[in-house]
Amino acid sequence: MESTAQNLFELAVTVNGTRYERTVEPRMLLSDFLRHELDLTGTHVGCEHGVCGACSVLMDGRPVRSCLMFAVQANGHEITTVEGLGTIDNLHPVQKSFQEAHGLQCGFCTPGILTTVVAFLEENPDPSEEEIREAISGNLCRCTGYQHIVDAVQLAAEKMK
Amino acid sequence: MEKKLIGKRIPRNEDPRLLTGQAQFVDDVNLPGMLHAAFLRSEYAHARLVSLDVSKARQHPGVVAVYTAEDMGKDWFPGPPLVSPPPTVEDVVFHSRRQVPLVKDKIRHAGEAVAVVIAENRYIAEDAAELIEVEYESLPVIMNIEKALEADSPLVHDDLDSNLAAQLSQKKGDYEAALKEADVVIRRRIVIERGAAAAMENRGVIAQWDAKGEALTVWDTTQAPIPIRNGLAARLGLSESQVRVIAPYIGGGFGPKIMMFYPEEMLIPWLAMKLNRPIKWIEDRRENFYATTQERGQVHDVEIALTRDGKVLGLKDNFLHDTGAYDPYGLTIPINTQCHVMGGYDIKNFTSEFKVVFTNKIIVTPVRGAGRPQGIFIIERMMDFAAKELGIDPVEIRKRNLIQPNAFPYEHGIIDQAFAPLILDSGNYPAVLQKTLDAIGYEKFIKEEQPRLRKEGKYVGIGVVPFIETTGIGPYEGARVTVEASGKVNVATGIGTQGQGHFTSFAQIVAEQIGVKVTDVRIVTGDTSEFHWGTGTFASRGAVVAGSAIHAASSMVRKKIFTLASKILETPEEELELEDGAVRVADMPQRFISLGELALLANPLRGAVEPGTEPGLESTAYYGPRYGPTAFGAHAMILELDPDTMMVKVRRYVVTEDCGTVLNPLILEGQVHGGVSMGLGNSYYEQLHYDENGQLLNASFADYLLVGATEMPNIEVHHVETLSPLNELGVKGAGEAGAIPVPAVFAQAVENALSDREFEINEMPLSPNRLFELVKS
Amino acid sequence: MKPAPFEYHAPTTVEQALSLLAEHGYDAKILAGGQSLIPMMNFRLAQPAVLVDMNNIPDLAFIKAGDDGLRIGAMTRHYQVETSDLAAEHAPLIHATMPKIAYPQVRSRGTFGGSISHADPAAELPTLTFALDAKFRLVSLRGERWIPAREFFFGLFTTALEPDEILAEASIPPLPPHSGWSLQEVARRPHDFALVGAAAVLTLDANGRCEDARLVFLSVGDRPMFAERASDLLKGQEVTPEAIRAAAELASTEEIDPSSDIHASVDFRRHLANVLCRRAIEQALERAKENKE
Repeated sequence: MESTAQNLFELAVTVNGTRYERTVEPRMLLSDFLRHELDLTGTHVGCEHGVCGACSVLMDGRPVRSCLMFAVQANGHEITTVEGLGTIDNLHPVQKSFQEAHGLQCGFCTPGILTTVVAFLEENPDPSEEEIREAISGNLCRCTGYQHIVDAVQLAAEKMK
Repeated sequence: MEKKLIGKRIPRNEDPRLLTGQAQFVDDVNLPGMLHAAFLRSEYAHARLVSLDVSKARQHPGVVAVYTAEDMGKDWFPGPPLVSPPPTVEDVVFHSRRQVPLVKDKIRHAGEAVAVVIAENRYIAEDAAELIEVEYESLPVIMNIEKALEADSPLVHDDLDSNLAAQLSQKKGDYEAALKEADVVIRRRIVIERGAAAAMENRGVIAQWDAKGEALTVWDTTQAPIPIRNGLAARLGLSESQVRVIAPYIGGGFGPKIMMFYPEEMLIPWLAMKLNRPIKWIEDRRENFYATTQERGQVHDVEIALTRDGKVLGLKDNFLHDTGAYDPYGLTIPINTQCHVMGGYDIKNFTSEFKVVFTNKIIVTPVRGAGRPQGIFIIERMMDFAAKELGIDPVEIRKRNLIQPNAFPYEHGIIDQAFAPLILDSGNYPAVLQKTLDAIGYEKFIKEEQPRLRKEGKYVGIGVVPFIETTGIGPYEGARVTVEASGKVNVATGIGTQGQGHFTSFAQIVAEQIGVKVTDVRIVTGDTSEFHWGTGTFASRGAVVAGSAIHAASSMVRKKIFTLASKILETPEEELELEDGAVRVADMPQRFISLGELALLANPLRGAVEPGTEPGLESTAYYGPRYGPTAFGAHAMILELDPDTMMVKVRRYVVTEDCGTVLNPLILEGQVHGGVSMGLGNSYYEQLHYDENGQLLNASFADYLLVGATEMPNIEVHHVETLSPLNELGVKGAGEAGAIPVPAVFAQAVENALSDREFEINEMPLSPNRLFELVKS
Repeated sequence: MKPAPFEYHAPTTVEQALSLLAEHGYDAKILAGGQSLIPMMNFRLAQPAVLVDMNNIPDLAFIKAGDDGLRIGAMTRHYQVETSDLAAEHAPLIHATMPKIAYPQVRSRGTFGGSISHADPAAELPTLTFALDAKFRLVSLRGERWIPAREFFFGLFTTALEPDEILAEASIPPLPPHSGWSLQEVARRPHDFALVGAAAVLTLDANGRCEDARLVFLSVGDRPMFAERASDLLKGQEVTPEAIRAAAELASTEEIDPSSDIHASVDFRRHLANVLCRRAIEQALERAKENKE
């Protein structure tokens, strides 16, 4: 990472398998970088203080709050956003399960939940209901009451066995 | 016609886009040359604006403009009111005081916008906002609604004699006579505090003025795009056809996203025209706490008169309602409270007077439930107190008072929030309650489980509460249904959508009539260029009002399909079948015409459309009810409470919902689950704490506690379907239902769990700390 | 809610980091996991002029076990401790507590040393390291020093760290045989900061009497609150229900300094401290009795 004039930094980051090089102010939040610099607007911003979880993305495979990181801190790392999971015509099994179990309503919190759940199921392919609730305890959803989300994660775990 | 699609658990059409990050929310709109706005908001709740110096902010690199109220010149004016004041009924008082785009002279709540900065990006806009120098002269702050009405209280609006914003009385029967007949009269004071809607998506507005095309496009997180368009056009001196308002995918609404106008909603389009640049403003979470409307604050003095055997003879409920600094939403909430405070009970004598009070708090407009949870909390608490006093089982006293199935339509003789008569259209209330009791195992719990667990040292409690929900009010909605040459169907309606599954439930209504796949119906909502008549999504009315309009338009298109197909297939209509995207001759499956071909023939390039007919397989229809259908339901909860820490865990939760015809049980259950989670928040987690200076002490998700996955129980949902006679589909609304009775159920269950302690719950929401205080004292 | 501008440095060695701190003094703020600092910056409640980002210094992330116990590098992430077998074996109290700290996404970034240096009196790690008699290695260009946890926390967000110093690692001594531990917390939601937390670490002698006891509380003062007299009360005697009640009573009435906020009053916090202290001693005692090695 190179520091340039006016306190700007050049960073190189791999997002969903594509390498991007950009020059940014160090204060730019990773969430804003993904959304506004890379136009990956699937990552949503709900609170910008690290509680709601809507902005959760994977960094090197682990879920992180993209509002609690500066973009420069992602330099040299691999990021996965919701756009990197599956496509409309080829949904990831977790995405498919969320549709089948009605695990989303307005869909605003959903991208952060999907990334979190994808990482969680890799670590724990056969989770209990309690473990699922713990895993998504850092993702607030105002629409679903979580029950269908839990159902969807269970369904996804079955699908991915 | 036997229903093939309505009532089925069909996965949603909209999900693939939402699940892959391809659905466009307002903040996802990115326009070339777009500028970004940040607001400077008052930290004072009540103060005079002495001076404002924006010169440093204007000089800050990257800043394009800074505007104050003075800079708006003659374009500065308050309002307009969103909901019209009530019609002249006897003794009604209503002082309309509307929010202002930017504060000119006096700040009336913390968070009111004082200036707006337009800059190259949001970071710079926020930097510059910090450079604005403001001198305030602080004024005594009015926070408490009871003190606000005292003669010596300072005034929120100096031109009024008091902080009374409105006053309305409603009566039914003769309460004073009932009082004389009563064996028992119970009186209580019950206080309900404020919460936030806290949609996961904050508000946002983007405006683009095309100077050459003379057209304004606005992306807005509104639940009501058409009224916003009409209001903007009027305000900005444009024709309505020059303004397009798009409410794309919206990240949850829950009420506050329908407030005409939020100051930002008016200012951003005005600035975009002024500066001739696209401008984006996205509310951040702190602003959402300070600048988005809130609800629930009321103080009730309630009195219930009963016979010895628990029959309610009359109810008196006088209450104060906190409207915050302004009252743009009229009397919707307190009238809703009045209309729900008799619950689903046969109460012949009723009197209620409410006073709406101005305070130096954030503006109050409906939040999911909209006055109904307060009404249900009041009557259900009183039922519990009466049961205790009379030594009757709490379920039994409710059974003795429920409106019976043969009593519908049940006319209350008071007016509802739409100023229509409050008439409960249909229902089978006892059956719903019984189903709930059976599902939770009420008898067994009381007789066996609770005593057994108590012996093991566990404190468990049960609560069961029935409730009504008035839904689906007017004035009207409309829809246009078009079969296109592809054989697919396009539907445009005027309401907005915020996650309710309209893209699917509406598609089911259409597909049922037109014989296509649900996935072949494209629903367009929330774009005024697609359909420009309608009001919006509120009052649990989407499925009822827009759904009925869509159903009516679909039925008309179905008729057109049969008329044309009959001609082309040379077969009488009654011998035709419409299925799988084609019209067939019954018993001759090889003789058919596809809907796509039919659509082409209905809109020919040559040849004539016959006189008296319209081109295309298209119809537009409207639906406006005289009054709305009333849903009914019952909730039951078993909770466990640790009396040493006052930590509560909900162990079981049962809901029976009768919202008439169920369009899609999967979607309905999702709505119920979400409603209950918000209701649980209103019971035990969510309270906005203001200090005596009008500062919000918990304006963050770290301290304003939304219910998370680890707090929510699983919910068992049952259905009873009593079709509404008010619309062809037989539907009643359901969107707000889940949230309404939860605080009442929770209070009952907590008292039940701690039945060996002397205390009473006369307030909402609770907390471990508050329960500790209540039980100790 | 966007942070104010700052000067950013991302050193790759401890020495570089220390030079930057020495150069910028009070203007500089260390960025560890950022899970407390960045929210404050987004609210603009914190506006550091210079940020020294420690996330590119691999030397500071480690978990090692030895005769002197467990050593955890300051930049070790919470999730790494949470999933560490070494931590489970050598510092079970800390290991068992990790899943309660915030949420999975925060534990991916939050660091052991960051949490301790931040010294939030409501956080678990300051109280637990205190209760376990841990010590911290502080380094600066001037050299290094070890300081016991009990001398590290000065007050609200205030520690023994000088502006040119960083916390490099924590060393957690092994518990003697016949020791037991417990952390009891009450939080509004399981992953929120606790309204009150009580940690108990007990060691029994061969006769089953209490040889050593440390009762330390969180969220009831401006730092981890050590109930020294209550701890002493338990020592040298059998830990009977009466002794437990007496210790909890003393600790909760005289040895903590809770304040009221929107979530809990002073009274409620004292009451909870009493309840949780009892529960913590009871659970620690049970563990101590089971722990025969």
